[in-house]
Amino acid sequence: MKSLGLKFAIAGAAAAFALGMGIAQAADKTKVGFVYVGPIGDHGWSYQHHQGLLALKKEFGDKIETTHVEKVSEGPDAERVIRQLAQQGHKIIFTTSFGYMNPTIKVAKRFPNVYFEHATGFKRAKNVATYNGRFYQGRYVAGIIAGKMTKTNTIGYIASFPIPEVVMGINATYLGAKSVNPNIKMKIIWVSTWFDPGKETDAAKALADQGADVLFQHTDSPAPMKLAEQRGIWAVGQASDMKAFGPNAQLTALIDDWNPYYIRRVREAMNGTWKSTDVWGGLKEGMLKMAAWNKKIPADVVKLAEAARDGIISGKLHPFTGPLKKQDGTLFLKAGEKISDKALSAMNFYVEGVEGSLPK
Amino acid sequence: MDLVANILIGVIIAATPLVFAAIGELVVEKSGVLNLGVEGMMIIGAIAAFATTIETGSILGGIVAAIICGALMALLFAFLTQTLLANQVATGLALTLFGLGLAALIGQGYSGKSAPPFPKLHIPGLSDLPVVGPLLFGHDFLVYLSFALGIGVAWFLNRTRAGLIVRAIGENHDAAHAIGYPVVLIRYATIMFGGACAAVGGAYLSIVQTPLWVENMTAGRGWIALALVVFATWLPGRLYLGAYLFGGITIVQLHSQALGLKVEPQLLAMLPYLATIVVLVIISADRTRARLNAPASLGQTFFASH
Repeated sequence: MKSLGLKFAIAGAAAAFALGMGIAQAADKTKVGFVYVGPIGDHGWSYQHHQGLLALKKEFGDKIETTHVEKVSEGPDAERVIRQLAQQGHKIIFTTSFGYMNPTIKVAKRFPNVYFEHATGFKRAKNVATYNGRFYQGRYVAGIIAGKMTKTNTIGYIASFPIPEVVMGINATYLGAKSVNPNIKMKIIWVSTWFDPGKETDAAKALADQGADVLFQHTDSPAPMKLAEQRGIWAVGQASDMKAFGPNAQLTALIDDWNPYYIRRVREAMNGTWKSTDVWGGLKEGMLKMAAWNKKIPADVVKLAEAARDGIISGKLHPFTGPLKKQDGTLFLKAGEKISDKALSAMNFYVEGVEGSLPK
Repeated sequence: MDLVANILIGVIIAATPLVFAAIGELVVEKSGVLNLGVEGMMIIGAIAAFATTIETGSILGGIVAAIICGALMALLFAFLTQTLLANQVATGLALTLFGLGLAALIGQGYSGKSAPPFPKLHIPGLSDLPVVGPLLFGHDFLVYLSFALGIGVAWFLNRTRAGLIVRAIGENHDAAHAIGYPVVLIRYATIMFGGACAAVGGAYLSIVQTPLWVENMTAGRGWIALALVVFATWLPGRLYLGAYLFGGITIVQLHSQALGLKVEPQLLAMLPYLATIVVLVIISADRTRARLNAPASLGQTFFASH
């Protein structure tokens, strides 16, 4: 049976190699774990979180030891991975996708001495903190640009799943565009995935075929940007600067910058001052940045966009300010009223003017 | 009418990678070998074609590179399962994991780069006809190749002596061995053919459909190709039906959403899979007919003891 053992060893080695898990050694270093939903090379969401991990390494050097597991699907797999990281002695674990919420809470109960940080969720515990970016702010600003740049008055939007995070992004984009272009229309395609370059391309094609000339995406690959470049239309990058994929097409991009937050939280974990918090940072806090404006955007449009950006930073402008109605016509914000964070983070309806029905 | 043409063109583009990967796997399975590494071979094809096209500027060179690399990946599988007699299921799974990791490693420097546009057929007059023109005479050569491949495979398996031998080996490798056919050698050949086809499917994704390189970009298409082979009950014609049905529903549901038709996207996302299952149930209702085409030695290890 010697040869059989060898075969298993080869298969096992190949599998272990492909999983790409770093294996921990030293004990006195603070171990930091990351769980990503996509591959690091997605050039979007997971890529930006990994930039945070690299920033940690740079900041703390050999005082910390990092582990990351990529391409972890949301669900039972995630629970296994998170538990494994906790068992291996990681002091602080960042779980970076909405669907890791329940697995994170579940594992956290069994490891009270491990700090958990869950991105984009709303469930917290004594050892589970949450953090998120106010991406809707950037989408509002990009919406203004899109509303001015479109010739067909049609924005195409590639959406992933009908969770509040995505819904508020759609609404913010629409409100931004509507504020400068009363004739704006939005076509929305739900692709039911965070990452599938082939399908994202197909969706982008469908939108372009039906007359959209500015594409937004709330999925993680640069494929829609690439399609926009090929078709000679505009697009707004998601999570990361996607200029390489659309040097002419990218109007701007929302850039998630997790680095300062990660550095602060890991420092707190190291010196014992870590507490469960809920951080929601946006343009003001620098957790969200806008990529350089496309040079083809006229100066007056840039001015509009920058005024909105600066207004949001100073707190004078909130994308969701009343009077605002839901799609069905009921009022949800009185004139002058600003939406509360609580209502915003539970948003499950389209605002008035967005067409189509929101999937349940 | 333009929209209809656009939808149909979208369907063809979505179905073509599936067709390549599935038709290769069909031949492999007809010879009695189950290679679950399709996804891994596809992604290797995707990066090999993309990297080569970028480095050499030649699209044809990219496709040739995909064919070679896919065949090499398959050769690894063949060596493990046919020479070392490893379990085919475990080796196939390992091949997928290995392929995804290796492609990511090779691809590190290639994200964000742009491949030259893929040339499309243009016959003056014919290609300019409304609807029919772009639909029949306006594709890249790989689309036409995918059809030629299917016809070729059907002809090979059913009308040639070599195809008969492949099928005989798939039905009963011991008997085929006893009458003197080189079972292992022929399986090496079919496995490598399957790898080359899967890699071309992946190449289509990275240099025609998207065209870009991102890690993990096959996103499960290798597994769909595997399912299509069963769906097709190992018949090439039915395999095209399945691939186009799958691609068709995917594209139509995207367009119907953009048109604002009131349908739940979750339901639509499920539809291609649901349709596959329904057709599978209908086909398998007549059990003897479904089994008639299934290679009897599928997945079994062959060991020549004499």
